[in-house]
Amino acid sequence: MRDVVVIGAGMTKFGELWSKSIKDIFVEAALSAIEDAGVDHIDSMYVGAMSPGLFVGQEHLGAVMADYLGVTPIPATHVESACASGGVAFRQAFLEVASGASEIVLAGGVEKMTDGADVTDTLATAADQEYEVYQGITFPGLYAMIAQAHMHQYGTTREQLAAVAVKNHRNGSKNPNAQFRSEISAEQVMSSTMVADPLRLLDCSPVSDGAAAVIVASMDVARKLRKNAIRVLASAQASDTIALHGRKSITTLGSVVSAAKKAYKAADLQPKDVDLAEVHDCFTIAEIVVSEDLGFFEKGKGGEAAASGKTSIECKIIPLNTSGGLKSKGHPVGATGIAQIIELFEQLNGKAGARQVADAHIGMAQNMGGSGASCVIHILEGK
Amino acid sequence: MITARYHREIPQRYRLEAGKCSGCGEVNFPPRVVCPKCKGKKFETVRLNNEGTLLTYTVVRVGSDKFSKETPFPVGIIELNDGVRITAQIADADPEDLKIGQKVKLVFRRIQEDGKSGILCYGYKAVTV
Repeated sequence: MRDVVVIGAGMTKFGELWSKSIKDIFVEAALSAIEDAGVDHIDSMYVGAMSPGLFVGQEHLGAVMADYLGVTPIPATHVESACASGGVAFRQAFLEVASGASEIVLAGGVEKMTDGADVTDTLATAADQEYEVYQGITFPGLYAMIAQAHMHQYGTTREQLAAVAVKNHRNGSKNPNAQFRSEISAEQVMSSTMVADPLRLLDCSPVSDGAAAVIVASMDVARKLRKNAIRVLASAQASDTIALHGRKSITTLGSVVSAAKKAYKAADLQPKDVDLAEVHDCFTIAEIVVSEDLGFFEKGKGGEAAASGKTSIECKIIPLNTSGGLKSKGHPVGATGIAQIIELFEQLNGKAGARQVADAHIGMAQNMGGSGASCVIHILEGK
Repeated sequence: MITARYHREIPQRYRLEAGKCSGCGEVNFPPRVVCPKCKGKKFETVRLNNEGTLLTYTVVRVGSDKFSKETPFPVGIIELNDGVRITAQIADADPEDLKIGQKVKLVFRRIQEDGKSGILCYGYKAVTV
């Protein structure tokens, strides 16, 4: 496969965007990415979205967005992999350019979650309807069961969970596109409303609207445009049982382990070579488990690492979620995987402002769906 | 809950019917067309052992509207004595008394109702022993 690069990025602010429709926000992000890349056309496009049908009653999202972006008749495809929809849309664009089938492809993601749909029920469609959701379990509930098991098995503490939220809000306070730009204290996290024991409201990512898009291109296109291209070193994806109870371990996310193994091999890198990572912190426990399963910390030590500052922007170990993560930046589910790529694009171009990680050269994005039934990982390289 | 969809799951929800793979002996619950362990396609119907151990649990305090009457309620993952794992509500228990490793058994209970005029939906819940 040939080299593939990211040459432009654009996103809306994440948050409760009452005055804008799903079409408005996607087109805003896509136009911004096209302008940033300086391209005069795109060959095709992918739209990652988890459930536009349930959230706003609109399917056929590829065609809808191609129409409103004014780019028909190019191929336009809606990609769905629950909360990993954005990351998988990016992977499809990567594969299309890597194969030589196209030169310039737009990878976008969008979700409009505040139009009145029952968000808890809609998100729960990413779990097994008949054998998990039928019993009343919710997504906070599934991750809460992971948290309980992790605390029981490894001694992870309530304070360590809170440290993830505190750090991500601190990072998000420096991100102009973040939904929540306020810092929070561990005491606030630990006294917020209980959602599913032991997870409280401030352990959970919010309900958000937002869209994000990047332009993926061949190296030839980047050279002609004289763009600061960020190279995609690896794209890896894996699946696991849909039900959390179907897995051998409740405290290890098998899809993350499998996808990471493939990604490190493809990039010929090890965890210690990664300078920063955007990880799928839909709940605080998720960041802890993922930081272990990506090999950044020994199994069971992720909580301690978070609490001792080993994942902060300033640390020299592995800054996680410099964007604020899903927790503070917001989690419009389909847009999240693309927004992770955008954070790496800015960091690796040295344009992350107050969030900039010094000497950032290699970045990783880890995006997952459901309770980990799907996971997609990308490794990107800057100059 | 569409009636046909509900009806299809009755053997599992009422009687804990599983598919035991004739090739490798793996017990699949619910039954599957292909055994994920050996790829076999022949199964015999067996009933699960209804006793097991609580592997993890939570208390759902913000739930779906369908469960508004009983929220908050505990839910856990249970490993039954024949090795099969399931997700189930834990009935008749004070959440404060629940512990990982606790012995439980499955009992037949009402799970949810399909609105004011729809069918009542039944299945298994766990109780502590």
